[in-house]
Amino acid sequence: MKRSLAGLALCLYVALSCALAYFFPQSALAFLLVEAGLFLLYYVPAPRRLKISLGALLLLVLFPVLGWANGYYLEVAIQIGIFVALALGLNIVVGFVGLLNLGFVAFYAIGAYFWAIFGSPQANAFIGGNLFPLSPNWFFVFLILSIIVGALTGVLLGLPVMRLRGDYLAIVTLGFAEVVRALVNNLDKPINFTNGPRGIAPITKPPLFFRPLLEFFGADVSDAKLYPLYFYFLILFLVGIIIWVTRQLENSRIGRAWKAIREDEIAAAAMGVPVVRMKLLAFAVGASFAAAVGVLFAAKQVFINPESFTFMESIGVLAMVIVGGMGSIPGAILGATGVTILNLQLLKGLSIWLNGLRQSGAILSIPLLGSYPLAQLPAQFEPAKYERMVFGLILIVMMIFRPQGVLPPGGARRK
Amino acid sequence: MALLELRAVSKRFGGLQALANVSLELEQGTIASLIGPNGAGKTTLFNTLTGLYRPDQGEIRFQERSLVGLKPEKITAAGISRTFQNIRLFAQMTVLDNVLVGMHARLKTSLPAIFLSSPQFKRQEQEARVRALELIELAGLRGRENEWAHRLSYGEQRRLEIARALAAAPEILLLDEPTAGMNGREAQSLMALFRELIGQHVKAILLIEHNMRVVMGISHRVHVLDYGEKIAEGCPEEVRRNPRVIEAYLGQGSWMVNAQS
Repeated sequence: MKRSLAGLALCLYVALSCALAYFFPQSALAFLLVEAGLFLLYYVPAPRRLKISLGALLLLVLFPVLGWANGYYLEVAIQIGIFVALALGLNIVVGFVGLLNLGFVAFYAIGAYFWAIFGSPQANAFIGGNLFPLSPNWFFVFLILSIIVGALTGVLLGLPVMRLRGDYLAIVTLGFAEVVRALVNNLDKPINFTNGPRGIAPITKPPLFFRPLLEFFGADVSDAKLYPLYFYFLILFLVGIIIWVTRQLENSRIGRAWKAIREDEIAAAAMGVPVVRMKLLAFAVGASFAAAVGVLFAAKQVFINPESFTFMESIGVLAMVIVGGMGSIPGAILGATGVTILNLQLLKGLSIWLNGLRQSGAILSIPLLGSYPLAQLPAQFEPAKYERMVFGLILIVMMIFRPQGVLPPGGARRK
Repeated sequence: MALLELRAVSKRFGGLQALANVSLELEQGTIASLIGPNGAGKTTLFNTLTGLYRPDQGEIRFQERSLVGLKPEKITAAGISRTFQNIRLFAQMTVLDNVLVGMHARLKTSLPAIFLSSPQFKRQEQEARVRALELIELAGLRGRENEWAHRLSYGEQRRLEIARALAAAPEILLLDEPTAGMNGREAQSLMALFRELIGQHVKAILLIEHNMRVVMGISHRVHVLDYGEKIAEGCPEEVRRNPRVIEAYLGQGSWMVNAQS
């Protein structure tokens, strides 16, 4: 009885928040309420079937409809998807196996450049015949190939660092990521592979293979309006597969072996776990997720350069995993979503709001202290610029009050 | 032909001769104890047997097959599994998962089968779970399977280590001080468990033990190490009366001291 009531409340909440977001398409707050609905779905004890169907409805229908009303929402959702996929990949290496990897962005970069080079005229610089850019249909081939390329580079990094742990491993992975970045930054001479710091553009987008179908139904939609939706569904699909694969692995002998290695490598070996092979597998799986997302990222951005793959990106993804709870799939998803929303919406929204106040000439009056015209507020005071600081504060607070993360593994079971 | 045979195994760490020409045979269907003062090389012998160390010299044969140079996981797969003196459980995993890790070498599902959640994978997982629950019950931990390993009491943790070692379906079980820190009653119930294991779950048990009541009560054969050398071997009664053993444990001339006091 209580559960069905909770279910009803959930339905109402989703309907209400979506209506709000639909009728106030410019309100970041309304959209936040919609996103919060997804977490309520996870938390509130309601009939499982209802929760799944509500979640599917939200992700497959309501989000795209809202995104149609305000394209920025889709952009946010795509970004969230990208970071969720990255966090899930890193969670395997850091959370399951306990190997601190500070250079995860390298695999993301490799995936992105993989498609960027062949999906743009760039490859003509070193392969004759003017074959490039490849046709959009090749996108899916490269998406699958990138999984293999990512896995191979993961193993390539894994092999030499097998004996390292903790700080030493962290330093080597950090170095690896910097080497990859330095390579793409400098491989524009003597042969121009990556076009160096100028970056690569334009990168081919995936094919609109469903266009005939739309025309059949008489829908006439411009490409510019269609692509964000298309990428939204692509990333949703990719994240879905990644979650499925990670869950399957976690609940198999492989996931158990990974966690055993994290807990006690010697005991794991004594129990028959092939430690080296399992570690390499973890590197390979994590890297393949990142590389696949990289291909998608390159196609979405149309232009990429080495700036997108800095050390701070690695740290950001790692922080998402830590905030969410290392070794927990829901944790990684929550961490990535929360941090991305914080960066893209909350802080930005706050900046816009403050700017609005500044321009409207509002006056802040504090009792006893007098008044302060907001127009005099220095331009440096802009919340969006304090992203890293807010981030650091959150991490510090987390480490003090909840070091295991928001949703640690097995949290429900422990209660 | 003995199930397990060590021939003149030596291991040196720098200036310390941890094992010197140790030979030992373990017969099928028996429980053997390895005793000796602290630092005698008992745990080193276990580590050498299970592939954590490689012996400098000597030969280790298990079921006609040499184990020297094999990696720990291969030796476990071959049929020897162990517990640790200082408990080494997977603390942040459940009791059930701890035991399931022990089965790693026995589960053979391929990656595609796992990704696709094939019927074969599901069946194997289900069977593994059933078997793990049996072992948990055997170790007397029934009802605790979803508890985190680090939340178990000390005695329960020792029992869980045994269940985990059994999960690898070994022929030989190596137990490193299984009753350390236990009271008399707990030790008694463990001894009963060991007797039950022989013949039903494993072919032979080799245990390191300091509790003489356990050693004398359960062993078919006792091997004594001192400074890396094997100084005596025999049935419990023979070893108890062996002067070299008494000397190793109590020191030279202790008879005199005892006689005078």
